[in-house]
Amino acid sequence: MTNTADSLTADTESCTIPVTGMTCAACSGRVQRTLEQTAGVATANVNLMTGAATVAYDPEVTSPARLVDTIRSTGYGAELPVAEESSEELLDAQDAARAGEIRELWRKFLVSAVAGVLMMVFGMTGDRGATDAMRYLQLAVTLPVVGWAGRHFYTRAWAALRHHGADMNTLIAVGTGAAFLFSAGVTLFDDWFAAHGVEPHVYYEAVVWIIGLVLLGNLLEARAKAQTSGAIRRLIGLRATTARVVRGTGEEEIPLAALRAGDEVLVRPGETIPADGVVLDGASNVDESMLTGEPTPVTKRPGDPVIGATLNRTGAFRFRVERVGRDTVLSRIIRLVQQAQGTKAPVQRLADRISSVFVPVVLSIAVVTFVVWFDLGPAPAYLQALVSAVTVLIIACPCAMGLAVPTAVMVSTGRGAELGVLIKGGEALERSQEIDTVVFDKTGTITEGHPAVQAVEVAPGAERAIGLDETRLLALAAAVERLSEHPLAEAIAAEAARRGAPAPRAGGFENRTGRGVVGMVEGLRVAVGNAALLRELGLDPAPMAARAGEQASRGYTPIYVAVDDHLAGLIAVADPVKPTSRAAVEALRRQGIEPVMLTGDDRRTAETVAREVGVPRVVAEVPPDRKLEEIRALQAEGRVVAMVGDGLNDAPALAQADVGIAMGTGTDVAMESGAITLMRGDPLGVVTAIDLARRTMRIIRQNLFWAFVYNVVGIPIAAGVLYPAFGLRLTPAMAAAAMAVSSVSVVSNSLRLRRFTPKGQP
Amino acid sequence: MTSPQIAVTLLGLAAVAWINWYFFLAGRSSATAVADGGLQRVRVEVKGGYTPSVVRVRAGVPVRLEFHRDETNTCTEEVVLPDFGIRTFLPAHRTTPVSFTPAEGTYEFSCGMGMVRGKIVAERKA
Repeated sequence: MTNTADSLTADTESCTIPVTGMTCAACSGRVQRTLEQTAGVATANVNLMTGAATVAYDPEVTSPARLVDTIRSTGYGAELPVAEESSEELLDAQDAARAGEIRELWRKFLVSAVAGVLMMVFGMTGDRGATDAMRYLQLAVTLPVVGWAGRHFYTRAWAALRHHGADMNTLIAVGTGAAFLFSAGVTLFDDWFAAHGVEPHVYYEAVVWIIGLVLLGNLLEARAKAQTSGAIRRLIGLRATTARVVRGTGEEEIPLAALRAGDEVLVRPGETIPADGVVLDGASNVDESMLTGEPTPVTKRPGDPVIGATLNRTGAFRFRVERVGRDTVLSRIIRLVQQAQGTKAPVQRLADRISSVFVPVVLSIAVVTFVVWFDLGPAPAYLQALVSAVTVLIIACPCAMGLAVPTAVMVSTGRGAELGVLIKGGEALERSQEIDTVVFDKTGTITEGHPAVQAVEVAPGAERAIGLDETRLLALAAAVERLSEHPLAEAIAAEAARRGAPAPRAGGFENRTGRGVVGMVEGLRVAVGNAALLRELGLDPAPMAARAGEQASRGYTPIYVAVDDHLAGLIAVADPVKPTSRAAVEALRRQGIEPVMLTGDDRRTAETVAREVGVPRVVAEVPPDRKLEEIRALQAEGRVVAMVGDGLNDAPALAQADVGIAMGTGTDVAMESGAITLMRGDPLGVVTAIDLARRTMRIIRQNLFWAFVYNVVGIPIAAGVLYPAFGLRLTPAMAAAAMAVSSVSVVSNSLRLRRFTPKGQP
Repeated sequence: MTSPQIAVTLLGLAAVAWINWYFFLAGRSSATAVADGGLQRVRVEVKGGYTPSVVRVRAGVPVRLEFHRDETNTCTEEVVLPDFGIRTFLPAHRTTPVSFTPAEGTYEFSCGMGMVRGKIVAERKA
């Protein structure tokens, strides 16, 4: 991606287009080639894993829409990237709709409550429904409740019915409708009913209270639901609105949408950084807590990356914009969280299956309840039958079932994002709670990942035999290592540069995975690697083995250097352990999770680091291509394995693990490769993620249990199963109160996750 | 048993049968997507349910479902396509497009609570 940004010139623009249907590297290769051959395209980079094409193009020759057509011509799917505003607009629309709904529910509830109180006053006069006049008075009070406050229950139920659907509204509409129609019939045609032996009994008070309580329940539920998406709203709100761009000698404040990659932007203390980029000059401390969860401000100097939407604290600096719009870290986080909230946890399947048949089943139970009371109940049987059937309809609460899982997933993924823990969705949450083994890919997770040379030693005799000194040894090793991507290579190159060693060119480079590298430098064959590499080249590491052992026991990684047929020397490199590694390992072990350290380093170095942080199990000397097999081996032991890595070099192992945890720092995060992404390189994030997953699943289980048991217990009691033995029955108003409490309690329980705080942090 | 009791019992049984037939077996509307320049578009009316509730599309070709929510019933305010990681709010009385490319198979879509449901059937040949 950075290639694209670097190659951007003044007259090219960049866009990222989601590509669908690619299944292998050949697919992405084909799309990329086609794009590269398209007129106006400067560079194209198609990423199979993220399913996206990043294209730098000349806006005068082509456009994103034409690029989409080009990609489609290859047989794969592409869509114009949806404007970032659209999700924001939808959230705004949702906010507005929710606010309107809450206002309306509130008004409707007030009217119902006033009517309910009036009904109670009527009841106290002692002739509740006993006289004709009182029945008409009650009907008059009930009409606005049924006809206005509760009207939407009936219209919505009718709309659903026409589509062969049934929901909560159906139950309320049928329940209150039956009670109301019966009461109205008795009121208006009392003579006819009396002639047929039906007592003039009315249920207006029940109707009013049911509607009032259900409205109150809906009102509380709407308010609680509005809070479940609070985290994503806060994330969107972090975005800056303008940027101060350096133009020529002056500066100019431009709207964020006009900002382009390559622009130079000035940031003053207290300002929000408008986009992702790299500091050019100046220095400051930047608060990145809102995106990474890192509580202490991060020092920024020239060359350091800055993340858009983070807050500049102390100093002023100038930075070059590298990513804007959809490609920024913030936008990717928002997208990831929104996608996560769109997924379903497997545990929801049962709830879904119940939800989809719930209402028709309850309607059937209500009919059976009516029949049984009518046939077997005490006199007047038809009244008992009616009341019991209505109570069944009202107490049943499909909403609690439907809200149990999604609200918890919403709140949890949102809270995770605030803590710098991005969870891919319900399935990732569910699997994370079962983790019993956490494998750390040592470099960059337990250790800093920025190794430094600790010692350089020339082999005895080598100085004389091939005229080597320490600086020359470093220079030769650096020349070869520069061509490899090994993290230790950087350390050697940096040390060579620091000592002012000239950097000769190397050729004939050969990467011997897991052992080292070989190359030709100024006519010499230079090999840099471990003891196995030496043996492979027919050389004996013995003369320096004791020194290597000593260095390894200090936690350094000894690297052998051979020049032609001579063992030339040893370079000791160490990667310091992160300050929180030990605490993270301890916290995992306290939770009954076994930490395992996986590394390509030699056994003694690895064991020293493992001892330092308290990891009991070490798998050392594992070449990158065998990491995946080590994960498989652990899984074969029946373990549920989480793998923590940088997500770049160990993507296959992350994919093989039951839960892949990609750990990055700031802008440099492979967000898409893990089931969980940690926005900062703190191993305590692993503990936070697992802890959050466990708590979320506990909340989900509580919710499901409550929703399930509530209905399984409530419906039979409402139907009257306790009546024959204990004479116990519920009134419809009691059922309405229970139903209102039921769905609100599920949402409120999920909202408890908003207060989740990681252990060991304030 | 008295004759009213027999009548109510028979009526009750008939009602239960009708409820189960009407909600589980009767009437499923289905529509096949219209291809439009490599994009398959289907308009789905959201009002008490999804019309059509079964959408037939070609596998591997981008699909755009245009949800037109013509009601304020909060039950249908969100649509979820879990297989594609989509959960979107549908503003009332507006059309909200949702895009994805399905592989061969059957995918469910539903309201936020999973009560109102629809199906996408992606076939190799449509």
